[in-house]
Amino acid sequence: MTRALTLPLSRRSVLAGGAALAATTSLPRFVQAQSAQPIRLGFQLHRTGIGAAYGRWYERTALAALKVVNEAGGISGRPVEILFEDDATDPRRGAEVVEKLATQAGVDLIFGPLFSHVVIGSAPRAAELKIPYLVCSEGYHVASGKLNRWVLQPGITDVRAQVTAMAPWVTQNLGRKVTMIFPDYAFGHDHRDFFSAAVEAQGGEVVARIAIPPTETSFTRYFPRIPRDTEVLYHVMVGPAVLSFVKELGEFYGTGPRPQIFGFIDSLEAVDIASPGLQFLEGSHFWEGQCRMLQPDASDAERFYRAAVGVDDAGAAVEDPRNVSCYGHMFSVWETLFAIKQGMEACNWRGPQDRQAFVEAVEAITDMPAGRERPQGAKVFNARLHQAFGHQFITKLDGGRLVKVHETRIEDSLYDSDVDYTAMPF
Amino acid sequence: MEFGPFLLLALMEGLVGAAVLALTASGLSLVFGVMRVVNVAHGEFFMLGAVAAWFVSQWVPGPPAVAFAVALVVCPLIVAALAALADLAILKRLKHEPEATIVATIGLLYILQQAALTVYGPEARPVPAPFEMRLQLPWFGWSGYKLFVIGAAAAVLLGLWLMLTRTRAGLVMRATQIDRETATAFGIDVTRVHAGTFALGAALAAVAAVLIVPIQQAHYLMGGDPLLLSFIVVIIGGLGSLRGTLLAALLIGLSDGVISTFFQPTLAKIVATLLVALVLVFRPQGLFGARA
Repeated sequence: MTRALTLPLSRRSVLAGGAALAATTSLPRFVQAQSAQPIRLGFQLHRTGIGAAYGRWYERTALAALKVVNEAGGISGRPVEILFEDDATDPRRGAEVVEKLATQAGVDLIFGPLFSHVVIGSAPRAAELKIPYLVCSEGYHVASGKLNRWVLQPGITDVRAQVTAMAPWVTQNLGRKVTMIFPDYAFGHDHRDFFSAAVEAQGGEVVARIAIPPTETSFTRYFPRIPRDTEVLYHVMVGPAVLSFVKELGEFYGTGPRPQIFGFIDSLEAVDIASPGLQFLEGSHFWEGQCRMLQPDASDAERFYRAAVGVDDAGAAVEDPRNVSCYGHMFSVWETLFAIKQGMEACNWRGPQDRQAFVEAVEAITDMPAGRERPQGAKVFNARLHQAFGHQFITKLDGGRLVKVHETRIEDSLYDSDVDYTAMPF
Repeated sequence: MEFGPFLLLALMEGLVGAAVLALTASGLSLVFGVMRVVNVAHGEFFMLGAVAAWFVSQWVPGPPAVAFAVALVVCPLIVAALAALADLAILKRLKHEPEATIVATIGLLYILQQAALTVYGPEARPVPAPFEMRLQLPWFGWSGYKLFVIGAAAAVLLGLWLMLTRTRAGLVMRATQIDRETATAFGIDVTRVHAGTFALGAALAAVAAVLIVPIQQAHYLMGGDPLLLSFIVVIIGGLGSLRGTLLAALLIGLSDGVISTFFQPTLAKIVATLLVALVLVFRPQGLFGARA
């Protein structure tokens, strides 16, 4: 019922945003291009619904990357525009957004969604419309082979690779008996399946698996199911109630004994880690796709990216320290836009007639070195899986600061697979 | 965890749910009882209370307890005023006909929800609890604030009961509930009673929201669950019967707490919905409903 009503609002704001964008991007430096027609990219945005916090920052990151791309001459000398369309973080609406962007707005390709149920719901429509669909979604659904040749994920490592890379560190440093708390949908199931397998491969054991609906608002009732002998509590939550989740976890353990805690930063994205009630997290560990708080050894590229998006050293918006970013994920939007640029330039993009050539051009990418295009770090792209593989970070909350304690290698995240998208028809 | 502490936690969680549910559902029940209006927008009044509490927490300086106290008084008043306005501007013009008002309140639901999205935004925002206190039991810790929620809800419900049974306003409302035409004949301004009842119903939802928002955070989509659960409670208890509503809220709240702690929250919802179906089949007027 909600989604039907968010549509008119978002349409209006997209139009306004598009008009503002068109006004700001018409710079005179694109004259050398064969065609000065702007390249129009569609962005499937979680502006409302349970993914709204991500949507806010994905939009901001996309606009920052767009500015950098256009100031450097756009794509093949042509200016670039992004058209944002709200999907309300809803799979059915997601498919409609793909349709609308492709047929009504006439964009060249579509990128940007994060939530796995939206991606899984939208991907079939992208294939029917034969339009490239580049996702920033983390989930294993791309690499699993269950989507189609038009779906690519060049900007972020998938969950299976992330947990495969980190499980050895967790079992060796924190404990071997793990209880998992995860959201009860595709993304959470990826965690459940692949972290369990990775822990067992290390000689550890997952003693309980607690699934929580992503729309849940009250969590205390789930915690008694955490077995007493749990050594490591592994949590990954999403949705508007993540702050309640960690707060109630803190209340539940109180001052009593608690297991080691290893959390995906997803449970705290867009949440101030200094919020009242979160003190118990001190000393616990996190996975971060990219370190929210600026580390002393941060690269120049990362500092450039941080400044361009407008994020301070603590990971919040420079203009408002209460507006905490989704720093562990949003780099994927930046890196995906640069992968789009690389792919379009490699296939001499002229227009929608080159969509298939674009997919093939991205499939031809293997090495993705670190740099301003990839501030999170180097990656390798596996064309058969349509998936990028990169470094992962483990941080520890120490004196209120997230301090990096471990960085996985790209090799740690690789796994065997017989999926081959390049053999699939368009 | 051992069975005893497990059950204790389940009951405590269930009581919090029951307390908030009793407040919300009694608002819905009151509106139906007096006005014969099925208020589908009831959950949005709940949401508005929470969102208003967030704004108050931003604007009122000083310790969180002061802002919370202000919110507890001001937010229900704001929501009540809005509800009275909605009644006079929309429902009264439809002469409070049951079918028309259902459609109208569905529209109101969307208008309120989208207005909140526009003004407040799509984020979930925390409102600080008036005090940070933790009960440390030997087996687990629990938020002391949740105890306060139970107590405050009980106090408000007691106040509501006294108002309905001991004051002139309550008398007038009950008179209108029993026979609208005779009440009019006795000089009762039914239009005012209706506006007042609608406002009171919305205010009760808003009080519940202000109480729950330090636990749950304010979000523009938060009205869905309370609405569904309120309907379940009101149907089981008997539409229009306040006593039935309170008992059903206790029943549903506690069973929800126990079932979702021991098994699955989804199972708790299934059981509650099944209960509604059984009540509708075998006792359509509800456990305490007066008329079929």
